[in-house]
Amino acid sequence: MPGITREEVAHLARLARLELKAEELDHFAGQLDDIIGAVARVSEVADQDVPPTSHPLPLTNVMRPDEVRPSLTPQQALACAPAQEQQRFKVPQILGEE
Amino acid sequence: MTVTELVSYEDALATYDPVMGLEVHVELGTKTKMFCGCATALGAEPNTQTCPTCLGLPGSLPVVNATGVESAIKIGLALNCEIAEWCRFARKNYFYPDMPKNFQTSQYDEPIAFNGYLDVDVDGEVFRVEIERAHMEEDTGKSTHVGGATGRIHGAQHSLLDYNRAGIPLIEIVTKPIVGAGEKAPEVAKAYVTELRELIKSLGVSEARMEMGQMRCDVNLSLRPQGTEKFGTRSETKNVNSLRSVERAVRFEVQRHAAVLNDGGTIIQETRHFHEEDGSTTSGRVKEEAEDYRYFPEPDLVPVAPARTWVEELRGGLPELPRVRRNRLREEWGLSRHEMQSVLNAGAIDLITATMDEGAPADQARKWWMGELARRANEDGVELAELSITPAQVARVCALVKEGSLNDKLARQTIEGVLAGEGDPDEVVTKRGLKVVSDEGALGTAVDEAIAANAAIADKIRGGKVAAAGALVGAVMKATRGQADAARVRELILEKLGVEG
Repeated sequence: MPGITREEVAHLARLARLELKAEELDHFAGQLDDIIGAVARVSEVADQDVPPTSHPLPLTNVMRPDEVRPSLTPQQALACAPAQEQQRFKVPQILGEE
Repeated sequence: MTVTELVSYEDALATYDPVMGLEVHVELGTKTKMFCGCATALGAEPNTQTCPTCLGLPGSLPVVNATGVESAIKIGLALNCEIAEWCRFARKNYFYPDMPKNFQTSQYDEPIAFNGYLDVDVDGEVFRVEIERAHMEEDTGKSTHVGGATGRIHGAQHSLLDYNRAGIPLIEIVTKPIVGAGEKAPEVAKAYVTELRELIKSLGVSEARMEMGQMRCDVNLSLRPQGTEKFGTRSETKNVNSLRSVERAVRFEVQRHAAVLNDGGTIIQETRHFHEEDGSTTSGRVKEEAEDYRYFPEPDLVPVAPARTWVEELRGGLPELPRVRRNRLREEWGLSRHEMQSVLNAGAIDLITATMDEGAPADQARKWWMGELARRANEDGVELAELSITPAQVARVCALVKEGSLNDKLARQTIEGVLAGEGDPDEVVTKRGLKVVSDEGALGTAVDEAIAANAAIADKIRGGKVAAAGALVGAVMKATRGQADAARVRELILEKLGVEG
């Protein structure tokens, strides 16, 4: 039976940059375990002849021609940026990531 | 971290066998981005080529660029790959400001092309590099780090992001482990990237200019003790961005790994940064932590299933591939493999063929591009193709030499004038007064004067010492400031002295 441990939830939270308190970890680990358990039951029903579904629509090859369309103005692009400088998005130091 | 003394390359190779893996990213030359219609023009003002899709704004939806897929298939076919019947995009999840979506749209276990190979020439021998896969993905934005000592990320206070580049189509080409290169590993790596660049250019899918970041290489390297099978732990040197650097990075990592292993240490699986200044690498992030990308099939893009008729149509339209073309030209031009390698390294193949298309013979075209012009390019520190002279102009100089209007010396001066922006060869010849003196009267006078001024030499020639005529030819050339046809001068001298040539 698949499940998820508290440690795995903590790891995922870190990867998603979510700060979770100890009690939140307990809480979400339990909830996520229930969800994964529910989804796992689908696997029990689906036999070998049912391929995993990633897309509900039977479409392939939806493409567009290589033609330029208007972009946003830089003012529009930066409108919701918490900080900007020199027409660029300003972000806190990235040290520790690289 | 302790600094390890490097082991000499020869000593390293005596003990260990290198295994390489090369990952090359090629930025496609499409007009628009991979998943939206934003322009991809170089040098645009920051954040002028973005839209809700490439900025990852809520509610936006990507649509695949058909030309991007077509280019990927062409690259796959040229690399002798199989082309997927059906494949999906995948999300590679990571939080980093260079990707505003917080994931890169890439391909994971279903690349569009796989299982191919590329033959490369190394010292006159063919080395086959096996290709694992070529897949489609997108480029990231450009970061500027502010507040650090040298614009580097370390010590930076904050960073500025321009997302014009975010979403530009990339094809990542990954080799299978390259074994058996032995001591030639650095040359094989360089030859592979060189051949791949030629291939990409010949397909017309990208200019593949490494100095512009249109083609970037990551070098994976590990060592195993000679005579053993199991691969050692690898390091991954990121963003090695010139052909010379690829060679240097491999060489450095061989020496560094050997030093660590000789000391009884273990190689850490990590990414490393390459330093152009001294050819060294330094530690970046530790790999396994960073690799938790939680890939899953991209729900916003439907699968790509290239019809076999389309694939075969593209296969039929492939150009003659560079290595095949090079071998054909080498035979046509009558060059050795070594000479042809020099022509390739100088980036002169297309220039020479273009000059021949303008009517110049192969040997003349090659002589100027590989001689005078290569020297100038080298002096000015530019690519041959960047010189301000066209193949048509070089062909015209060859024609002027052939018809006898210019000799070699004057031809060089003419080329100098063209490079200096003085106009076409004919204009330079007129403006600088460079025509060979072919006026028989003027030439005859100059010859008479030379004979009169060098009576002793003239006597020797009359006495049968024909070889002495060279001195008189020299005198005439000097008097005409090099603008005479030396062969004709010699004829005239011997004629006037009554001697048979």
